[in-house]
Amino acid sequence: MPAASENVSAPEPGILYIAAGRAEANYWRDLWRYRELMGFLAWRDVAVRYKQSVLGAGWAVFQPAVTLAVFTFIYGKLAQMPSGDVPYPLLVMAGLLPWQLFANTLSGTGSSLVSNTHLISKVYFPRLLVPLSSVAVALVDFAIVAVLTAAMFAWYGVLPGPEIVFLPLFVLLALLAAFGGGLWLSALTVRYRDFRFIVPFLLQVGLFLTPVGFSSGNVPNWREIFALNPMVGVIDGFRWCLLGSAHPLHLPSLVNGTVVSVLLLATGIWYFRRTERSFADII
Amino acid sequence: MSDAAISVTGLGKRYWLSQRSRSDTLRDAVTAKLRALGARLAGRESHGAEEEFWALRDLSFEIARGDVVGIIGRNGAGKSTLLKILSRITDPTAGEIRIRGRVASLLEVGTGFHPELTGRDNIYLNGAILGMSRAEIRRKFDEIVAFAEVERFLDMRVKHYSSGMYVRLAFAVAAHLEPEILIVDEVLAVGDAAFQKKCLGKMQDVARSEGRTVLFVSHNLPSIRQLCRSALLLSGGRLEAAGGCGQVLEQYQRGLTAGAPVTVPKPGPDLAERAYVTAVVLETLDGRQPAVIPVGVPWRIRLAIRVRQPQRRFVAAVGIKSADGIAVQTAWLPPQDLAAGDYEAVFTQDRVNLEGGSYSLLVGLTENDRQLQQFEAARFDLTGENAGEEFPATSGVGIVLNSMQSRLTRV
Repeated sequence: MPAASENVSAPEPGILYIAAGRAEANYWRDLWRYRELMGFLAWRDVAVRYKQSVLGAGWAVFQPAVTLAVFTFIYGKLAQMPSGDVPYPLLVMAGLLPWQLFANTLSGTGSSLVSNTHLISKVYFPRLLVPLSSVAVALVDFAIVAVLTAAMFAWYGVLPGPEIVFLPLFVLLALLAAFGGGLWLSALTVRYRDFRFIVPFLLQVGLFLTPVGFSSGNVPNWREIFALNPMVGVIDGFRWCLLGSAHPLHLPSLVNGTVVSVLLLATGIWYFRRTERSFADII
Repeated sequence: MSDAAISVTGLGKRYWLSQRSRSDTLRDAVTAKLRALGARLAGRESHGAEEEFWALRDLSFEIARGDVVGIIGRNGAGKSTLLKILSRITDPTAGEIRIRGRVASLLEVGTGFHPELTGRDNIYLNGAILGMSRAEIRRKFDEIVAFAEVERFLDMRVKHYSSGMYVRLAFAVAAHLEPEILIVDEVLAVGDAAFQKKCLGKMQDVARSEGRTVLFVSHNLPSIRQLCRSALLLSGGRLEAAGGCGQVLEQYQRGLTAGAPVTVPKPGPDLAERAYVTAVVLETLDGRQPAVIPVGVPWRIRLAIRVRQPQRRFVAAVGIKSADGIAVQTAWLPPQDLAAGDYEAVFTQDRVNLEGGSYSLLVGLTENDRQLQQFEAARFDLTGENAGEEFPATSGVGIVLNSMQSRLTRV
């Protein structure tokens, strides 16, 4: 072999090359190679969640049901906020459904690394698998609440219009925002355990800065700024898909939210990749 | 280009000793940042508070394909760090490594086992974590179950397993990995003797007949001798010897007879006026100080104690802790009043035999039930090598070996 090739950083195929300070060359390919493990981890999380709790799926329903009742009472009955021509509980539910997905994904991915400490300190795999697989639990809960939502719509005799075909796009957007934020939080939690306490607090504040209990048409003045919260666009989208023309899409909000989500995800991946090689040392 | 399965050049791994404790909470991180900023403004170099520690330094070696290599060295020599870097769990700080072939590493038995899942589920989960594909696990499933001898409990949650069953199942999964390079940390230290033998046999098969490269860390020198063709000896993060297994083992044992480093802390100003330990000696009864003592050979701990002020109900005690942190043994002198002067306390280990392994020696002084001094004085190893006829098994059969009065009479 010519001596010059010794200096080239990528050696011949089939050889794993590890060097100080050198980023993993095959990271994304590895991520794909390990997709089965991701499946197994996701399956484990889901299985354990429903085996350990007595009520199983009941918990996934309980929390949104209570929030629904409280929000309908406070915003609909006490504050008399307008809901267009739809029953108030449906308005809330159309906001709660994506919010739950967002909140569960964010807290799930955020704590995913520290709750898999034993794996991270003992086996190699692309660390991105851990937050990725933790999304599964949130998705299963989402599916359960979605069934509940469908039942409510049927009960009120409200049938979504053709806009509903766009719903998956907004689900994706919610996941994008939550996952991007979750990546930041997961990597930060490894180093600073305080973030475990920050996440619930963030979500609690977020719930009130997000139009879950009311329609975002009620904040006409600074709607674009309000929509820097990516969930504003998502919830508007859900309402548009499920409740139709009474809740038209507000395009600037959607654009702002999407830009923020993409930024969160991009920087989240950047920060995660930058710090993941020291996870095993400090976790 | 050589035919090496693994070649390592100039490998180093640095830890910042205070790294972990210093920034465990955000507040600490913020204050540390501010302090560093203050230091920079004042024109001083930051990083000063942190102490660097090289777990590995300038390590270079090659491992030929198909070789079975034992990695030996005392506690803290860098064995585990080396395995972690080779397994890609952590990154090196310096140097480079080329690995030719698929690597599987087994740094712990049962990584990722979940107590809430059944044995069946855990076989799949653990297999996937160790790098097997679903199809591969399915193909070997029956073999794994048979090897672990847990057929009847397959659909029971693992949290209800006995620890023996748990270990057998976990090792069975690992034993059916088919990588080209297998990296194994001290995993044989668990499980009962019969199963250990079975595992050793399995590893031997893997290494010999299937021609895989195996890296194997163990404190159990007999199993290293039995399994490995060559060995690497690490010491203080550096490579001290590499070569044929017998020769390196010999060097290791020779080095160990140089004596365990004993640390005796300087007494604080308060203590210096009262009573403190001035020296600790760990030796066999003939006065030699090997750091590795064969199982069954009696040994003793001698403490030199200086008493500056009369002490009431003074007690000197020694404790022995195993490498996994289990408090194994404590011994103490009866409380007594002491006048000022120099004393020697001797504790002789001739009634109990401890199993082969690494231990640490703790020393403590109390006066009138109040603690005067307590510290870890030394780390030492007991070895099953040369343990003699009386000890056919020296690990995995309990911490205390054959230390009962026993007799056989014809009735």
